[in-house]
Amino acid sequence: MSGDRLHRRGLLKALAAVGGLAVSGCDRVASEPRFRSVLDVANSLTYKVQRLLIGANRLAPEYNEADISPAFRANGSTDPQDEEYLNLVDNHFADWRLKVHGIVEHELSLSLEELRVLPARTQITRHDCVEGWSCIGKWTGAPLGEILSRAGVRPKARFVVFHCADTLDDGGESVDPESIRYYESIDLIDAAHPQTILAYDMNGEPLTVRHGAPLRLRLERQLGYKMAKYIMRIELVQSLADLHGGRGGYWEDRGYEWYAGI
Amino acid sequence: MAAVPTPDWPLAERWYRRHAALVRITHWINVVCFTLLLMSGLQIFNAHPALYVGEHSDFDHPTISIRAHLSENGLVGETAIVGHSFDTTGVLGVSSENGQVSSRAFPSWITIPSSQDLATGRRWHFFFAWLLVLNALIYFVWGIASRHFGRDFLPSRVELGHIGRALREHLRLRFPRGEAAKRYNVLQQFAYLMVVFVLFPLMILTGLTMSPGIDSALPQLLTLFGGRQTARLIHFAAASSLALFVIVHVVMVLVSAIDGHRLVRSRQSEDDRCPVIVCIAAAC
Repeated sequence: MSGDRLHRRGLLKALAAVGGLAVSGCDRVASEPRFRSVLDVANSLTYKVQRLLIGANRLAPEYNEADISPAFRANGSTDPQDEEYLNLVDNHFADWRLKVHGIVEHELSLSLEELRVLPARTQITRHDCVEGWSCIGKWTGAPLGEILSRAGVRPKARFVVFHCADTLDDGGESVDPESIRYYESIDLIDAAHPQTILAYDMNGEPLTVRHGAPLRLRLERQLGYKMAKYIMRIELVQSLADLHGGRGGYWEDRGYEWYAGI
Repeated sequence: MAAVPTPDWPLAERWYRRHAALVRITHWINVVCFTLLLMSGLQIFNAHPALYVGEHSDFDHPTISIRAHLSENGLVGETAIVGHSFDTTGVLGVSSENGQVSSRAFPSWITIPSSQDLATGRRWHFFFAWLLVLNALIYFVWGIASRHFGRDFLPSRVELGHIGRALREHLRLRFPRGEAAKRYNVLQQFAYLMVVFVLFPLMILTGLTMSPGIDSALPQLLTLFGGRQTARLIHFAAASSLALFVIVHVVMVLVSAIDGHRLVRSRQSEDDRCPVIVCIAAAC
């Protein structure tokens, strides 16, 4: 009988040890760069499979006025304290210009008024935050494809980069505020998507500072962090490697996936 | 007790391999995937520990939430389910992390990674989700082609008639022996049908529904589940049901192994390997 109990106790101990190892092992393995690159295979697989299965122009679901969230949560920067931005706010963005540059035929510099007279698109869509929540809002803006066709994207360009006015607090690790300024990037397929717009109105009102005034990106088939707020300039580039952390976005440089369609 | 006892039935009858190699291999890959998906999933849940019904989040009225708030006695963990609150300090809402009191929905010992790190949690989750889906595809194709599902999962009319007795026997932890032990019993059949054809497909489909990319290609998923936030709620509920199944499943394996051990001992097996381990190995 005692042997029997011993066996069982030994077994339970072994099980507990395996469990403990699994938990502490996962943390150690998680910080291992080689393992991380193995896990990253899943992200590029997701990107490729979604691009393969989802038509380039498939629209994200659109909703009715009645579905609009009464309280649309604002995340990330909600009140940028960058001096250049505060000056723009003081002047109601009269001095703000959207610069389009990089690998283009003609550089553009557009005022808010000039953007507002371009053909516009209005869409009621669901905003999905990487944290897990969703809000529904109505957005009006100029299709990015329209602006890019005016600038004339040259064949070498592969990505559209959004440079923003806001500096998210980075815990004081970094010294140069320019290096921690928010930025994002998308591929040319998403840039040409009909719902990809540079929004200046939200729920029928001009965009507020909380939600990214004067201009934010709407990228309806990806998560919220891709939708850069406080856009200052749009750059067409061939590679993301030379920008900031090299992973194509503020959150991407901090471990999040570049393709956020999942 | 002097003479060495001879087993009174041949070895081949004592150990019967109930499961084909492919069932075993896919099962153990699934165990690894499910464990890591559950733990990284709880990490992801912790980033916004509230669940809602519908397309969008009604932040003031979550269906389920796990929060921390400050009271005069310090931090209190509070779990609320459709308006009913429970103090879950120590486990849910508030728990200790490296000896420090921390406000986090699920405790650090059950999340991957153990500290709050949504980006890493997502990376693990999607890697093992792919592995789980590919593994499941192999299992399904084989299960259909080999008639494993049709032969072993579907209860016969006779077995359905004995469901009450099977339930009573199970509650007494008395398990089928001899020929009957070679087949899944009717309760196992129901549990496995539920897990394989309802819960796992539900996990995968509600997971896909949370992807804004997939929603543009298959908006029907949103209609099917009643919105993205409901899909997230179902994803959580189905994962909880699977976790519960795993607990019962493991207990059953252990109990039936010990039961088998007793059987072996009563027949005075001279096998010197630990019979409990051998029985668990056989059950797996």
